[in-house]
Amino acid sequence: MNMSLDTQIYNKLILQLSDILPESFLLTSEEELRPYECDGLAAYKRLPVAVALPDTIEQVQAIVKVCSQLKVPVVARGAGTGLSAGALPHEGGIVLGLSRFNKIDSIDTDNLTAVVQPGVRNLAISEAVSPYGLYYAPDPSSQIACSIGGNVAENSAGVHSLKYGQTVHNVMQVKIVTIDGELITLGSETLDTPGYDLLALITGSEGMLGIIVEITVKLLPKAESIKVLMASFDEIEDAGHAVAAIIADGIIPAGLELMDKAAIHAAEDFVHANYPLDVAAILLCELDGDDIQLAEQVEKVDAILRDKKAVAVEIADSPEEQARLWAGRKSAFSAAGRISADYYCMDGTIPRKQIAHVLKRITEMSEKYGLRVVNVFHAGDGNLHPLILYDASIEGELESTEKFGGEILELCVEVGGTVTGEHGVGYEKLDQMCVQFNEAELTQFFAVKLAFDPDSLLNPGKAIPTLHRCAELGGMHIHNGELPFPDLPRF
Amino acid sequence: MNILDNDITAELQTQVKQAISNQTPLYIHGGNSKLFYGNTVDATPLDISAHTGIINYDPSELCITVRAGTKLSDIETLLAENNQILAFEPPHYLSSSNNNQDTATIGGTIASGISGPSRAYTGSVRDSILGVNIINGSGEIANFGGEVMKNVAGYDLSRMMVRSQGTLGVILNISVRVIPKPEQNITMTFEATQSEALSYFQNLRKNTLPITATAWLDNIALIRLSASEQVLQSCKEKVKGDERLNADSFWQDIRDHTHEFFTDSKNNDKPLWRFSLPPATPAKIQLDGQQLIEWDGAQRWIYSNAPDNIIQGIASSFKGFATHFKDATSNNAGNKELARFSELDPALFVLHKQLKNKMDPLGIFNPKRIYRGL
Ligand SMILES: Cc1cc2nc3c(=O)[nH]c(=O)nc-3n(C[C@H](O)[C@H](O)[C@H](O)COP(=O)(O)OP(=O)(O)OC[C@H]3O[C@@H](n4cnc5c(N)ncnc54)[C@H](O)[C@@H]3O)c2cc1C
Repeated sequence: MNMSLDTQIYNKLILQLSDILPESFLLTSEEELRPYECDGLAAYKRLPVAVALPDTIEQVQAIVKVCSQLKVPVVARGAGTGLSAGALPHEGGIVLGLSRFNKIDSIDTDNLTAVVQPGVRNLAISEAVSPYGLYYAPDPSSQIACSIGGNVAENSAGVHSLKYGQTVHNVMQVKIVTIDGELITLGSETLDTPGYDLLALITGSEGMLGIIVEITVKLLPKAESIKVLMASFDEIEDAGHAVAAIIADGIIPAGLELMDKAAIHAAEDFVHANYPLDVAAILLCELDGDDIQLAEQVEKVDAILRDKKAVAVEIADSPEEQARLWAGRKSAFSAAGRISADYYCMDGTIPRKQIAHVLKRITEMSEKYGLRVVNVFHAGDGNLHPLILYDASIEGELESTEKFGGEILELCVEVGGTVTGEHGVGYEKLDQMCVQFNEAELTQFFAVKLAFDPDSLLNPGKAIPTLHRCAELGGMHIHNGELPFPDLPRF
Repeated sequence: MNILDNDITAELQTQVKQAISNQTPLYIHGGNSKLFYGNTVDATPLDISAHTGIINYDPSELCITVRAGTKLSDIETLLAENNQILAFEPPHYLSSSNNNQDTATIGGTIASGISGPSRAYTGSVRDSILGVNIINGSGEIANFGGEVMKNVAGYDLSRMMVRSQGTLGVILNISVRVIPKPEQNITMTFEATQSEALSYFQNLRKNTLPITATAWLDNIALIRLSASEQVLQSCKEKVKGDERLNADSFWQDIRDHTHEFFTDSKNNDKPLWRFSLPPATPAKIQLDGQQLIEWDGAQRWIYSNAPDNIIQGIASSFKGFATHFKDATSNNAGNKELARFSELDPALFVLHKQLKNKMDPLGIFNPKRIYRGL
């Protein structure tokens, strides 16, 4: 079997895990392990020594205790849709899959919460509470597949996060199993929990601080009515300016998404959303509320869009028309997959006022690297998703794609943004973390990690680069948008 | 709005490094308006209130970055000039140590994490935090989060500074998300017993009305709605009661604890407790003193002389918590060793201690402010 784990320890591990789990819950043959070798970012692959698929919290506690005693790394896995190789296995460790935790334990229509197991799919929550007129707001595009446990671990977001927040704003309480096998409750059912905000800390911690085994999510009443506006622009910069203008006017749309020409064409070929094909960009703006408020906002947004040189504004009233307009946006990633052998999705976030500038720079880089880019993103929160199109079978293309991607992320930091807005650092963005954070900051992150996990057994080697790695990289350190030697020209 | 631009990072860092090398603890404070909130810290003061100024504010980015000593009132004035507000409506608590002046700073606001009347509707302090710049336990300056709306690079240490009450580091600068100021507010009011008000609030929560505050006291229920004039007109038909004119000062008094409920001497012989309960808790808390309810029932202010263990027992029976918010003013003893916050489960407390130990290994920052041992 795997050489990176001592045979004696491996044998002990399998023996002890088989005591805890029924036979079919423990996978050890290469053929069974293969499906777990990567997550949604297939460029990185590794086989774990075993996959454990428990279905009770007690089993999770027992598994973690065994791993802790034997010093075997544990990589938690939800649905494996992550885009930063966060659930990439450790070659000497196990994957702890939470897919069997797929039940909604309870729905509280008074407190507007639901208690769910970590393997429940994001969309399944909204579907289950829909009969009560409620929904769970964060809606990643992967919502039919991704798990709520993975959402908490990544602090995932979606189209509606602009108005209704990310995962961190929509979770009340989380139960975790620590590396010692303790079950601990973070947060509460109230609006004000005593002690440190460990709920915020665990959210977005990428499986590095504890195993999330139960989540109490916040539910919202569905909006009375919804309108979707689609504005077309001849210049992508104008679309960028329109985004800033809408926000500056005091309107927070439920969603505000931008697609460039390449994205429009790819999506149109795929789902026939009836997008205009001769424009440089479209903006999709969803507004929600009661009828009077909605009428006021539609009027205002329509005027702003036209003022910012929209060549056409289409207003979708019916749910069917709205679904058609959103269909193209929601399937944009798959659409990109159809026009290219492979694509690489970036996730930097920038101040809104930098959108036009950064898009222009990405176009220049695209020419430099000779790689096509599709832009489709959460413009309202300045969260970019450039999809770099490449073909992994062409030698060197993956490498130049990674370089191109890295350059985009460094640009995001340079203009005052961050290397990841919602997909997480995982294994993928370790090098870019060296650009965004200095030694003191990385040391502080490690300190937090050690407070929870002294032997670094939970998802080791992810999210936070070692100081050694950063030193080797010798990366230019950009901080707060301040470049070293700002007056030197850069090419 | 003219706010003094005064960066004293270097001085503060020198003082922290000194404290680290001498192993003498510090009491980090801003305007001292929340001195009462937590245990008294017997340590060398580290005054942040001179560290003031706006570092970056571009209204269309919905974010303001400020130095921690900047007065809350100055920030709110600046935001108002740009038709924006802080979503969490923070209290200003006038400081008695300073002739009832409004001295609250943004740093203290973030560190204490106390939100005001709008909290149940537009989010808490931590919901609005985007980034912090701190002096850490090794005396170094570190940045977490940033100014953009979404950021998942590294652990979320910026949100964790909220409620940490200065025990994890010195907050130097803060980036906060701001929201558009609603065009208008109206307040509807009607007579109701506590349980009638609670059940009415509960029903409202299932609607999407633009409610931004609720309160109940003295058998009166009050509901604040915030939106455009036209929207509010239509809300008047959907919400029970009569409009109460000029209600802004009422909500401000509730927020800042300058309302009669908090100032009346007849309540002063008892400590003030804050109960934090699941929002839909229908029951009235059976205790001796006066009660004021906010956040649809999720926050309840109660004066009571009942023993701590009885009060904590009631709170936990509703899956909630009780905070010994303020001592009875007649009790000048200022009991330093009170347990002011609900006790944490032992395993959770161990995690707290490990975290504190890793972030502040020498125990320099605000020792025992929240709990003994932190
Ligand atoms: C087509 C496509 C579209 C996407 N769109 C979006 C989007 O719009 N917004 C967005 O935010 N993301 C998006 N994603 C990324 C991804 O879906 C999210 O990151 C999602 O939250 C991952 O959930 P998962 O269950 O698949 O987690 P996994 O991929 O299995 O794991 C992700 C990370 O979380 C950890 N983890 C998982 N479960 C647990 C647990 N129970 N306890 C502790 N740690 C755990 C893992 O160790 C890993 O580090 C998209 C992905 C795809 C493929």
